[in-house]
Parts: sequence; C-alpha cells; structure tokens
Amino acid sequence: MGLTKSSTGLGAADPGLVIQRRWAGDRVFALAGNPNVGKSTVFNALTGMDQHTGNWPGKTVACAQGCCLTPAGVYIMVDLPGTYSLMAHSTEEEIARNFICFGHPDGVVVVCDATCLERNLNLVLQTMEMSPNVVVCVNLMDEAERKHIKVDLELLSQRLGVPVVGTTAREGEGLGRLKAAMEQVCTRGQREPLTIPYPQPIEDAISTLEPLLVEKSGGKLPSRWLALRMLEGDRSLNGELAGCLGPEFLTDPEVLAAVEEARAELAGQGIDRGRFQDLVVETLVGRAERVCRGAVVCQDRRYADRDRKLDRLLTSRRTGYPVMLLLLACVFWLTITGANYPSQLLADGLFWVQDRLTQLFVWLHAPDWLHGALVLGVYRVLAWVVSVMLPPMAIFFPLFTLLEDAGYLPRVAYNLDKPFQRCRACGKQALCMCMGFGCNAAGVIGCRIIDSPRERLLAILTNSFVPCNGRFPTLIALIAMFFVGTAGGLGASIWSALLLTGMILLGVGATFAVTGILSRTVLKGVPSSFTLEMPPYRRPQIGRVLVRSIFDRTLFVLGRAVVVAAPAGLVIWVLANLSPGGISLLQRCADFLDPLAGLMGLDGVILLGFILGLPANEIVLPIIIMTYLAQGSILELDSIHQMRELFLANGWTWATAVSTMLFSLFHWPCATTLLTIRKETGSWKWTALSAALPTAAGVVLCMLFTGVVRLFGM
Amino acid sequence: MSDYIGLDAVQPGWGAQVCGLRSTGRMRRRLLDIGLVEGTWVECLGRSPGGDPSAYRIRGAVFAIRREDSADILVRNVRKGGAAWA
Repeated sequence: MGLTKSSTGLGAADPGLVIQRRWAGDRVFALAGNPNVGKSTVFNALTGMDQHTGNWPGKTVACAQGCCLTPAGVYIMVDLPGTYSLMAHSTEEEIARNFICFGHPDGVVVVCDATCLERNLNLVLQTMEMSPNVVVCVNLMDEAERKHIKVDLELLSQRLGVPVVGTTAREGEGLGRLKAAMEQVCTRGQREPLTIPYPQPIEDAISTLEPLLVEKSGGKLPSRWLALRMLEGDRSLNGELAGCLGPEFLTDPEVLAAVEEARAELAGQGIDRGRFQDLVVETLVGRAERVCRGAVVCQDRRYADRDRKLDRLLTSRRTGYPVMLLLLACVFWLTITGANYPSQLLADGLFWVQDRLTQLFVWLHAPDWLHGALVLGVYRVLAWVVSVMLPPMAIFFPLFTLLEDAGYLPRVAYNLDKPFQRCRACGKQALCMCMGFGCNAAGVIGCRIIDSPRERLLAILTNSFVPCNGRFPTLIALIAMFFVGTAGGLGASIWSALLLTGMILLGVGATFAVTGILSRTVLKGVPSSFTLEMPPYRRPQIGRVLVRSIFDRTLFVLGRAVVVAAPAGLVIWVLANLSPGGISLLQRCADFLDPLAGLMGLDGVILLGFILGLPANEIVLPIIIMTYLAQGSILELDSIHQMRELFLANGWTWATAVSTMLFSLFHWPCATTLLTIRKETGSWKWTALSAALPTAAGVVLCMLFTGVVRLFGM
Repeated sequence: MSDYIGLDAVQPGWGAQVCGLRSTGRMRRRLLDIGLVEGTWVECLGRSPGGDPSAYRIRGAVFAIRREDSADILVRNVRKGGAAWA
C-alpha cells in the first residue's frame, strides 16, 4: 500500500510526468530496474525523498522524480516503474520504455538485485540498446554476501562496457561511487558499450535497414534498436514514433518497402515474426548468462532454504489459510488493545484543552456564536477525529508495513489466486485489496499492476469493499461500545479482534462475490495469464518502518482527515444552529432521511453522517455525534462510555450498531477515491458503477438484517 | 523434443529442463523475459493452498505460475531436486 503524499489524496489523480528542470544545465537520469530490487530505496537514498518502499513487485506504479545534488551538479532522478523487459507488454513497461527512449534522459541507471543478477541483466542489455549512457547499479550487495554470492563488479564492467557499481542502498553504501559513475557517463568518453550480436540472418536484416533508418529518423533514435523494432513490427510503438519522428515516418513508402523486403528475406530463412521475437529474447537471455558466467559465483546453493521453510509454513495447503487469518486477527488484536489506552488519554487531554479554550473565550467576552462555531464546531470535531483515529492508525500502519517489508504480501496474492481465478480475475487483485486497507484511492491506483484491462477494471470496481483506515476506527469504536464493553480485559480484546476480523472477511467475501458476478455479466471474459514474482523474505528494518509509517502514512492520513474535518465541523455546527422555524437545518435533513434510514435499521442522523462524510470517511462518526449533541442534551463527551450513553439515548440498540457497521463497510467510496477511479478508468459510467455497487450491497444487507431482526423481535 | 511433458506435471520437489513454449502472445514474451528459454532449468517448489498456482524457481528467482500457463511450458529430463542448477 504505497501510501505517501504523492500516492494518495489529490496527487493520486495526476500521475502525469513533467520533468521539472531547475536550470538548463541540470541532467536528467532515469532509474530503471526489475520489480523489487530496491529501486525506490536507491531513489530515496539519492534524492533524500521518502518515496514509499515495500517488498513486493509492482509497488511503484507511477513515476516519481527528485533532485540529487552532487559536487558536479544537479541530477533530476526519475523513478520508473519496475519492469522485467522494455518490450512493452504492460502499461508500466510502456511507461519505462517511452521515457528511456523518447524522454531523452541524459543517462539511465539500471538497478539490479545482486542475488539474482543474471535475470536482471536482460533489462540492462535491453536498456543498453536504447541508450549508450547506462550505469549498472548492483544493489542488495549485503544480501548477496549473506547468501554467499560473490559478484565481480570489475569483470562485469569490462564485459558490458559500462560502469558497474555495487551498492547497499538501505545503508547508504556505494552511493558516492554511483554518483561518480553517473558523472562519468555524462562527461568523459567511456569504453564502448557492448553491442549484442544477434544470429546472422537478423544481423544481415539490421545492416540492410540501418542506413535508411539513420537517414529517415535524423539520428533522433538509436538506429540499431529502431531497426530491431521495425522488423519485429511492434505496434505499441507507433504512437510514440509518430510523435518523435513525425507521422509521415510510419507511412514512408521507402521505409515500408525496406522493412517488408528484410522481413521477406528473414522469412525465406525460416524466421517469421514469432520466431524473430523468440530469437531476440533468447539472444538477450543467452548473453546475460554469458556475461554472468564466472563473474557471479554462488558459493552455497542452500542459501534459499530458510525462505522455502517459511514458504511451506505461509503458503502450504494445510497451513496457508489458517496462518493468514491468524496474522490478520493478531494485527487487529494488537491494534485494538494498544489503541485503547492512548485513545482515552488523548481524549482526556484534548477535551481538557477544550475547557480551557472555553474559559479563554469567556474571559475575552467573545460572542456565543464565535465560541460555538470555533470551539464546539471546529475544535470538537478535530479532537474527536484525532483521538479516535490516531492511536489505531499509529499501530495498524507499522504492523502492516512490517508484513509488507518482510515480503508477505505477494504470498497473500499467491494464496488467494485460486479463489480469484474462480471469479475469473487476477490474483494480484489481492495486492490491491491489501493496499485498500490503507487507502482505497491508493488501492485503485495499485490496480495498475494487473495487466489485463478487464481484470484491472474488476479490481478497481471492487476495491472499496474492503475498509480503508478511515473506516477502521468507526468499526473499532462501535465494536468496543456495543459488543465487547469497554471494561477491557484479555477476553474482551480478543473477542473484538475476532469481530473485526469477521467484518473484514465479510468485506473480502463481498469482493469475491461481486467480482464473480461482474465477470459473468457486464465484464465477461476468461481469466488471463498470471505470473507473479515471490521475492526473497527480508528482515524488516523495524526502526525505519516505525519512523516511516508514522511520519509517512499516519501523520499524512491524519493531516488529510484534519483538513477535511475542520471545515466539516464548522459546516455542521452552522447547520445544527441555523434554525428557521425552530427546527435546525441538520434536523430537517435528518428527518427527511429518517423513513429510508429506518428501513435499513439506521436513523436519519446516521445516514446523514455517511452522506456528509463523502469527503472523507473519518468524519462520519464525529458528524453523527455532533448532530446528536446539537439536538439538546449537552454532554461532556470525553470517554467512550459517554459516547455509548449518547447513542443509547438516541435510540441505538445493538442492531443499530450492526447496521451502521454494515453500511460503513458497504457504501459509496470517498470523494478522493471516486476521483481516482474516474482518472484510472477514464469514464464516469464506471465511476458511477463503483459507487453504486457497494451502496446497493450495503442497502440490501442492512435491510435484510433489519428485517430478520424485526421478524424475530430481537 | 520427443519425450517432453508440460511443466504442470512436474511435482513439487522435482525439476526439469525447458525445451520449448507452446504459449503465444504476451504470455510467451513474459515467460521468455523471466528467462524461460530453451535449456533453462526449472524447479517446482510447491503449490498454493488452493492447489493452483504453483511456485517455480527460475534462474534464482521464484515465480508463481497458473496451471493453464505452465501446461504450455514444455520440459524434459525431469529429475528430483535442483541438482542440475548451475
């Protein structure tokens, strides 16, 4: 769940890539690499930014950019999405290829995993065909050392003809050398980069085409690479080629005739289009193998045994699902238990401040309406949002990040692929779902890791069926108030963790059900292929996880909630206190909604809370409380007991709480998520469907539940 | 190429050598890109709780591949363990 300033909120809706050069002399470097090789860590180490990192492939789905200052000058680093190849079979690969090829960077740093160098070299070789200014950064040197893998950087550099630098970016090791190498490829002439020799028929075809392409393209693109792509007939390139070389290039009769002729020549030697592609990739893979031979030596082949043991525990037929549920329940139990006390403490503190603020206003002889609007409106809602939300988030996020850092999330996708396959969807949807726990908007963006457009749409439409962190505190508070009691104790906290796990499972179940229904109706289709890398387990860096998840995510998400809550508090106070005809506007709205809400086992106020909570789910509960408070009974609400009293006084029963929880789980996504869905799908129709689906599910479930309860007079 | 079988028939704990791909289009490119060219040694590490997909070690990395896709990866020389890995 890549939750950072740039991946959630309004930034999420605009991942467009515009390079911000500060000075004309600034150099632009692209950062490419296979998924999950620590590319974002290298990016952060170079730029001092806090791009979110995580141990699963496909985390960086949009490009980030940052400045890297060196004695020699300023480098603008562009973090490209992780790809295995630049042949563009997916959106990320296309983004990466287009930037390297048509974005005219001054150089490309290809980040590789030292423990798996041979496979990574495929991408290095492909990049070298596109740009002569390549630096190979062999990252994770510490892990390679632990696994007894020896990498001869000098030999690699000789064979590739480009600088090869070893780094351990997490510890900041080798970055100085990396910067020096970047400087070197930009300024000084270097050794001739390796040209990959293809089988003779292909070489012949290249050499007949190349002179013509040099002439027609005006040298704007590497001619050898262009020749290969023209022979291959890669249609995904057409748009970019037309943009770069002019639309007439694609229809130039001379070029077309030459390509046709070369292809016919190849076909005469038994190399059709399919065989051509195979030969190209086989040559690259074979060359990578040869470059590595003797330069990468594995001295102990049993290095992966620990990983396999963990895999057996976490993904085997007998233990896979139970361990997954147990981990989920544990995370919730720790969150609930740990959040209880600080939540109370914060509430006490913040409401003590409210009393002092009131005294201050009295002392200043401030008018009543000012005190009401600022203290009872803005401040009180803020205090509620902070004390209810901060503690669970500050515990849940780090725990989740620990699992993510260790490499558990791809295993979840692996475990859940079979059920998703039954729903004719992709197992990677499980990763988007996990991101949705953090923020549904981030989850929707994360759906880009799914290659098939149909399956991506399924994942986007169903993402808000799992509760985001804005809804967790609501669920936790209601469980604590109505089902567990607030007395505490071990039994109570385990019980509430189980209830919450049950709610989450309900959400996951609904995700499966709706995905299945959609893929048999409006989004018919067969499941596409699925390959997912399961990275090595890594020991999470606990200290950094804590710092990062608290500053990066918790405070940021909280900040967003506060920004929304403060004006909402003001608006609600105004609505509650403007009373034309003796009845407040808020009450009028609530009365209007009451009949519908009644059918769902809610009341008008609750439904109004959900409607006014459209900007952010975090403020739903505070709105409900404000509205009840505005109806007369002035209570000092400084504990969850009093909250429960307030709700009981307004006619809540356990059934109301269940209905509210159900509706909190299943209703329209927040405004940010909706905007993100609009952006990702490019269609208001799908956006409307994504709001309608969970809402319909929520209304139906609430009505069914209420009907059953009333029928049996419970 | 006479005695080949699909990779899906290789049991966990066993390995085999790739001798060709029947897959087409994107999937073919992806499999080639992750290094499944002729002669590559692949080892089946396990199956997921639902029985599908399975995890395979390919050139030092672990990938999950669904049965219908692995059936199109043709292999021979099925042997116990990863002895041929080098």
